[in-house]
Amino acid sequence: MDILHMFLEVGFWMAVVRMATPLLFGTLGELICERAGVLNLGVEGIMAAGCMAGWTWVYMGGDLWGGVLFAAAVGGGIGLVHAIFTVHLGLSQHVTGLGITMLATALSSFVFRMVLPDVTTPPKIIPFAPLDIPILGDIPLLGPVLFNQSPLTLLAIFMVFFIGWFLKYTPAGLALCMTGENPMAVESQGLSVFAIRTCAVVAGSALMAIGGAFLTLSAFDAFYIGMVNGRGWICIALVVFSSWKPSKALVGVVLFAVFDALQMRVQQDISMVVPYQFYLMMPYVLSIAALILMSRRSAYPKALLVPFRKGER
Amino acid sequence: MRLEPREHSSLLLRAVVPFGSAVVALLACSVLILWADASPVQAFFLFIKGSVGSKFALSETLARTIPLIFTGLAVAVAFKAKLWNIGAEGQLYGGACMATWLGTGMIDLPGWLMLPLLFAAGALLGGLLLLGPTLLKTWLAVDEVVTTLLLNFIILLFVNYLVFGPWKDPMAMGWPQAAPMVDTALLSTLLAKTRLHMGLIWAFGASVLLWLFMRFTTWGYQIRAVGYNAGASRFAGIPVNPVVVRTALISGGLAGCAGVSELCGLKGYLTLDLSPGFGYSGIVVAMLAGLHPLGVVVAAFFVAMLSIGADSMSRALNISNYIADVATAVSLLAVLVSMLLVRYRIRWK
Repeated sequence: MDILHMFLEVGFWMAVVRMATPLLFGTLGELICERAGVLNLGVEGIMAAGCMAGWTWVYMGGDLWGGVLFAAAVGGGIGLVHAIFTVHLGLSQHVTGLGITMLATALSSFVFRMVLPDVTTPPKIIPFAPLDIPILGDIPLLGPVLFNQSPLTLLAIFMVFFIGWFLKYTPAGLALCMTGENPMAVESQGLSVFAIRTCAVVAGSALMAIGGAFLTLSAFDAFYIGMVNGRGWICIALVVFSSWKPSKALVGVVLFAVFDALQMRVQQDISMVVPYQFYLMMPYVLSIAALILMSRRSAYPKALLVPFRKGER
Repeated sequence: MRLEPREHSSLLLRAVVPFGSAVVALLACSVLILWADASPVQAFFLFIKGSVGSKFALSETLARTIPLIFTGLAVAVAFKAKLWNIGAEGQLYGGACMATWLGTGMIDLPGWLMLPLLFAAGALLGGLLLLGPTLLKTWLAVDEVVTTLLLNFIILLFVNYLVFGPWKDPMAMGWPQAAPMVDTALLSTLLAKTRLHMGLIWAFGASVLLWLFMRFTTWGYQIRAVGYNAGASRFAGIPVNPVVVRTALISGGLAGCAGVSELCGLKGYLTLDLSPGFGYSGIVVAMLAGLHPLGVVVAAFFVAMLSIGADSMSRALNISNYIADVATAVSLLAVLVSMLLVRYRIRWK
């Protein structure tokens, strides 16, 4: 069978890493929100907004990193709205998140049409070029797979370790995790639950938006409506799969991307036997399977979904 | 800033909630219209004219109201039991598939029997599609938000397979659509020379029935009780998990009916654009209605106005019609805040 052969191919693994990147940003962003006790169902919309914001910035003549920053700022702004609604006003995190997704998706489509009123095929931009790191890039297999990639991919991998370290070893990270477990205890330490949760949601949303920006600034070179295509929802499933741990998130995302890349290859090789729609279902089926698999042992943050109100018990 | 519970909130305040949210939504859209270099006042008149300004416009808006009533009811009953069914879109397509399977030649009965059968069959599949995620929730505590949502994508791809594959109508000039429904399976027109169909009566009937059910039956009471406080309900001897499962069947069934009525009343054959996101708009409808089955009718009409009116307004002024989606989303967020303001007052200090 060709499958074994495929696992030794550099191209296959490069595709895996490329497909994993936006999911990694989205999953890490959602993970930060949820560790602080806030479910952010806005991720799908925030990624769409990131896509659009990053692309528009570059299309208007800005540089690529400016586009990434702009996308992060837009994502953070939307996250702030989510935080005001769910943290400060204590509204339902489910319904608010869905509202945020609807609003962000609709607004990005609207703004896109404002920027480009009458074009059917969106114009292209010059996306990030793959890095060319002299020594690291020459390592066989590992070199091209890890280092001959868009700089955003390296940023995503870096963020896994950074967030893992931040949550485990810094006072701020520990406070963030405690907010998701026992907000009363945080308040009794003289820290503000509201402030910590707001920061977490804003930072998490900014990361999600960078994941979106990766799609327009690196994976493709144009924006089209509906390009996030459920990746945000998959990220939410991946957070559960990772048991809310950044290192496991990396494993989960890569595993998921391997399956996704595999189905794309198989789809090309033996098309016609199974209709292509069934291959396209695979990511969603896998996400549901992952949720079922992890349901028994998931140690979710105790205060997830519970709004905090001062003086109420 | 601090939230302080109100001792009691006046009826007037409660009544103002949906209207306040509508105003906020229109204001938000005015900003976008100004940005697009058009006059919001003119846009507003075009919007009213395009949604209720003529017999044709009104009939279009009412036709759009029908599926929104069904999906709104589906979401309302589920949310009432704190079952977060975001899968109404998929369940809608499930209902439509079932009706297509039965109603394109497999069986042919007189119309008075055929239509109830199709609605029942569509509701059954809709309900079953929600049953899976619900059992996962009650047995394994798998979050139903994500599973119902992901199921939407799977079902839509399956419908895609059906209309491009085995169900593709060879007479449709290559368009991806299923064979047309048999004549007895079609809902008759309600108003001559318009697209308004009998589905409106079915939808009204469903909302009245659901209201009676929720208000006056033990099962309805149990659903409400479980939604308010599952722990206390369990303590009081209400079988919480069976109630949630029952709610799921009702909710999914109603969403399935939306698909049947769109198929048999409006389109006549299954396509991939049967629903432009009615399942998701159903969430907005249900929230605007305060999850009240009769309120759903009014809220569905409002959301239908938003999409039909904004469509014709945006065509006249050459603005993107995504403005309707923006308005819908803003009204959802606005109603959340205003419902909070009914229960709490904000103290600034």
